[in-house]
Amino acid sequence: MSPLASGAREIRDDIVAGRVSAVDACRASLDRIAQVNPSLNAFNLVDAERALARAATIDRQRASGAALGPLAGVPIALKDNMCARGMRTTASSRILDTFVPPYDATVVSRLEQAGAVIVGKTNCDEFAMGSSNENSAYGPVRNPWALDRTPGGSSGGSAAAVAAGCVPLALGSDTGGSIRQPAAFCGVTGLKPTYGRVSRYGLLAFASSLDQIGPLTQRVSDAALALSVLAGPDPMDSTSSRETVPDFSAALNGNAAGIRVGVPRAFVSDGVDASVRGAFDAALEVIRGTGGTLVDIDLPHAKYAIPVYYLVCTAEASSNLARYDGVKYGHRSPSSDSLKALYSRTRDEGFGPEVKRRIMLGTYVLSAGYYDAFYLKAQQVRTLLRQDYARAFESVDVIAMPTTPTPPFRLGEKTDDPLQMYLADIFTVSVNLVGLPGVSVPCGFVDQPRPGGSDRLPIGLQIIGRMFDEATTLRVADAYERATDWNKQAPTV
Amino acid sequence: MPRPLTIADVEAVAALAHLELTDQEKHVFTRQLADILAYAEQLQGIDTTGVAATSHVNAHEAERDDEPRPSLSVADALANAPDGAPEVGLFRVPRVIG
Repeated sequence: MSPLASGAREIRDDIVAGRVSAVDACRASLDRIAQVNPSLNAFNLVDAERALARAATIDRQRASGAALGPLAGVPIALKDNMCARGMRTTASSRILDTFVPPYDATVVSRLEQAGAVIVGKTNCDEFAMGSSNENSAYGPVRNPWALDRTPGGSSGGSAAAVAAGCVPLALGSDTGGSIRQPAAFCGVTGLKPTYGRVSRYGLLAFASSLDQIGPLTQRVSDAALALSVLAGPDPMDSTSSRETVPDFSAALNGNAAGIRVGVPRAFVSDGVDASVRGAFDAALEVIRGTGGTLVDIDLPHAKYAIPVYYLVCTAEASSNLARYDGVKYGHRSPSSDSLKALYSRTRDEGFGPEVKRRIMLGTYVLSAGYYDAFYLKAQQVRTLLRQDYARAFESVDVIAMPTTPTPPFRLGEKTDDPLQMYLADIFTVSVNLVGLPGVSVPCGFVDQPRPGGSDRLPIGLQIIGRMFDEATTLRVADAYERATDWNKQAPTV
Repeated sequence: MPRPLTIADVEAVAALAHLELTDQEKHVFTRQLADILAYAEQLQGIDTTGVAATSHVNAHEAERDDEPRPSLSVADALANAPDGAPEVGLFRVPRVIG
């Protein structure tokens, strides 16, 4: 059996016990990537030499009797918007096609300190802007469950890589759902920690008040393990939190006894596909069966989260992406005789359509005469949204809702209409605006006919917790996972 | 209520954003941005009188002692430059003055 058939914790335990070597685990990962990546396009870069050298180091450490870290020898993948020294990092953008970071993101140094072996960088929407992975300069990732459908975005490569068994753990980033939505679409677990829980140093910035790094895994327990490695204050990120980091794994006791689970009935009633609705209602009953109590709640401003999100995130993006100008790194237009032309041509050649659209929208809403009507108004409604959630958390411990309103849609289905694409983010964006932790776990499948057969498409359940209460959030998700077998099903890619 | 978006608006915003758009991009963006802004108009109906703006959800003391620490070497900082001049430690750009 492949060393990758089990989760991150089992691989690490097998390596520590000597049942498998880190080099063998790494080779199994590289072999699986070589087998499936031609159909999935999940990886922008695979660095076998670097990975095998790292794995050999872990094996030598074990042989010498040194203590091994909590992720010793576990093959992992990084979304291609996180810097690892010496590994090309593109954010799936032409403008960074040649960029080789001179430093490690804090998450990279923490993972490697814990013994993890980075095998490669995963494809994503350009600068993490997208919900389908179709905005990549290197082509879309394909969903392992149905190759003509989206894996979700923007961390589509990380979700597909975990779903297809290339790695048991991949990092994604989540600005408006970019970990949770692809996790739901690919049938894996995806955790967005509380804003500030994980350092953003070395993450290519998209919207700095919303961006957060988190793990995608096959199991909730592996997400808890990964978060324990990733979390904690970092002097290199002034927004990283000094909150105590609990033992997340210890919180997973297998039940939801005494947990009050809020269900925003009105919010999840409109525009939700019947298959998602059915899976969600069934999941609530399972949670009740593990000891949770269901409580109806109201989030009256949640329906405004999409316009608030797309005004706030584009404003921040227009500022963050000003740095890509052809001077310090990345693409430079060859045909520029003035500095102004150099900037504008470089950016026109280097950025794809969605990134340009968001820079344009963000520049517009921040410009004189429109700031109050759009940006300031959005920030005020963001406050009302925070108050909605604060009020709900007075009577519940976690909130449950679907991760997405529909199963994974077809590639090309929404590319001509950006607004339709944005509307698909309705259940994920408010969590980022408020800063809360949220996790998506598989909660069922829907069979959809296609010529010559049918596709089995995953559906995700989202559990949202209080600020810095990933422990309870993960506990409920883990109790649900143990009571079901959705996460044990694998695509046949 | 903001007036409808025009091609001239899109050109003005593109200049602010340092994006040299093609004519086709200008037309597509005029339509798409107008759609998105029209959708965002629904926020105008919400009463936000006296509501403070949220720019950040996790405000905390973030000051540290201002002590010199090691940082990137000049060579590392210039290593990715499309037109670097490592011998003098500079990024090269087209002539700006005269």
